[in-house]
Amino acid sequence: MTAPGSAGKIEVRGLRFYYGTFEALRGVDLAIPDRSVTAIIGPSGCGKSTLLRVFNRIYALYPGQRAHGTVLMDGTDILDDAVDVTRLRARVGMVFQKPTPFPMSIYDNIAFGMRLYERLGRADMDERVESALRKAGLWAEVKDKLRQSGLSLSGGQQQRLCIARAIAVRPEVILLDEPASALDPVSASHIENLVCELRRDYCIVIVTHNLQQAARTSDYTAFMFLGELVEFGHTDLVFTRPRDPRTQQYVTGRFG
Amino acid sequence: MDIEEAVSRTGKGTFEARARAHRAADGGFSRLTAAAAALVLVLLGGVVAALVAGAAPALGRFGGGFLTSISWNPVTGQFGALPALAGTLITSAIAMLVAVPLSFGVTFFLTELCPHRLRRPIGTAIELLAAIPSIIYGIWGLFVLVPLMQAHVEPVLTRLLGPLPLIGALFQGAPYGIGLLTAGLVLAGMVLPYAATVMCDAFEQVPAAFRESAYALGCTRLEVVRAVVIPYSRRSIVGGVMLGLGRALGETMAVTFVIGNAHRLSASLLAPGTTIAATLANEFTEASGGLYTSALLALGLVLLGISLAVLATAKLMLRRDTPAGGRPR
Repeated sequence: MTAPGSAGKIEVRGLRFYYGTFEALRGVDLAIPDRSVTAIIGPSGCGKSTLLRVFNRIYALYPGQRAHGTVLMDGTDILDDAVDVTRLRARVGMVFQKPTPFPMSIYDNIAFGMRLYERLGRADMDERVESALRKAGLWAEVKDKLRQSGLSLSGGQQQRLCIARAIAVRPEVILLDEPASALDPVSASHIENLVCELRRDYCIVIVTHNLQQAARTSDYTAFMFLGELVEFGHTDLVFTRPRDPRTQQYVTGRFG
Repeated sequence: MDIEEAVSRTGKGTFEARARAHRAADGGFSRLTAAAAALVLVLLGGVVAALVAGAAPALGRFGGGFLTSISWNPVTGQFGALPALAGTLITSAIAMLVAVPLSFGVTFFLTELCPHRLRRPIGTAIELLAAIPSIIYGIWGLFVLVPLMQAHVEPVLTRLLGPLPLIGALFQGAPYGIGLLTAGLVLAGMVLPYAATVMCDAFEQVPAAFRESAYALGCTRLEVVRAVVIPYSRRSIVGGVMLGLGRALGETMAVTFVIGNAHRLSASLLAPGTTIAATLANEFTEASGGLYTSALLALGLVLLGISLAVLATAKLMLRRDTPAGGRPR
């Protein structure tokens, strides 16, 4: 399914995914537009996180997890064995449900990813760290304690630190796997605002259980059910005039 | 008491009796566990007291010179701990230098690279290595490793490293096969499974999300281990290393087989030497006279002191580490 009127940054064609013999994705077709937020919603076990984990091939860490089909990113099939996964992951940032600050200083948490790919001078590095923290809306809170451990921050700050860390390597795509579900309401709304801010610069894909959050933050919404993509379109339409009865039932809270 | 009221109002007096019996049993149990804990303190105190009392004559006779003297002569009644002390520290240092990087390599392979099917068999083999009795290591060292060292390894070391400045002195002398280096290598084999098992468990306990977020940034395996896995499992790694060091310091049988048991202090690692534990095992039966026995007990006290120092250092290192890094929440 294609979102009307935009070119796909990521184009998924006939994607099937297996955990051992269990088929978690049963032929998904989807075109995710660039410079916008696409939310993936659906009940637990519908395959939405699985789909997200295909986009940076993080699933490949685990034996027994296989993806078949085609996932084009800017026209290149990322499922091709010839693709260098570390390069792919540098282009595709990911933020997880629970904040995962590395056991190092706030500054080093941000600089860590950049150091993997770029040789930057002191001043350039400082600037990039500041810019990433500003984009993540964390600069004002941490600018006086950049040398402190990332673990000393609150949960919500840690999550924004992780987003800053992902932004710092200048990815094209940012994958968010329920980024606010482990946070308090205030921190969660921080993250939502941040997602809205970032949509201008990145292709953002967010998996969420929270329907209001999907409605508030996303431009496009994909509804998945039992490993299939049921409906995909503008968020307004999916929530107000869904075409499929299953979508209708889900967004009105009748199951899931 | 609400509960007691409620119980009496139901008219079943047996409840109260039963509750009282439970309380009594609970109190008895907690006293029992307290006694078990106290027993540990009593044992430790008893061992230390016995060692100190036994060592007192020798320490009184030689004073601080006991630690710095290199002469160990039961006939003339001269006893100095330095050769055994140095031998203990040197063999343990060799063991750690060899075993720690090796167990890190084993751990890295097993947790990050090894195909799933091979992980269990290799992991079990490492645990079995820890189950081999130390006497077997000793026999293997004497009959297999010593000839090998004598014929092939030590001559090469002397030829290649001997002429070098500074470290050359470590590799001088005739290749006996037995000596500090061989003992250190046998110890390394014994320490390896301990350190590797602890490290493997620690590596596997790093939450998947942390690993994944490092991989998701585009890290290679080595970078993930360096930046995330090691810092998170630092506690257990230090614990594993210290456990291994504790074993190396106190190991007796295997060392006795291959070290030569000579109370000599030599700069060369190829020379025969002795350790505290080996000295005790070798000489206790023939220790005649109060001073000889007392000197051996004093050696034991020194070994206990080293072990406590190792333990204390480990605890201090961990305490200093915790606030900065700590564990994931």
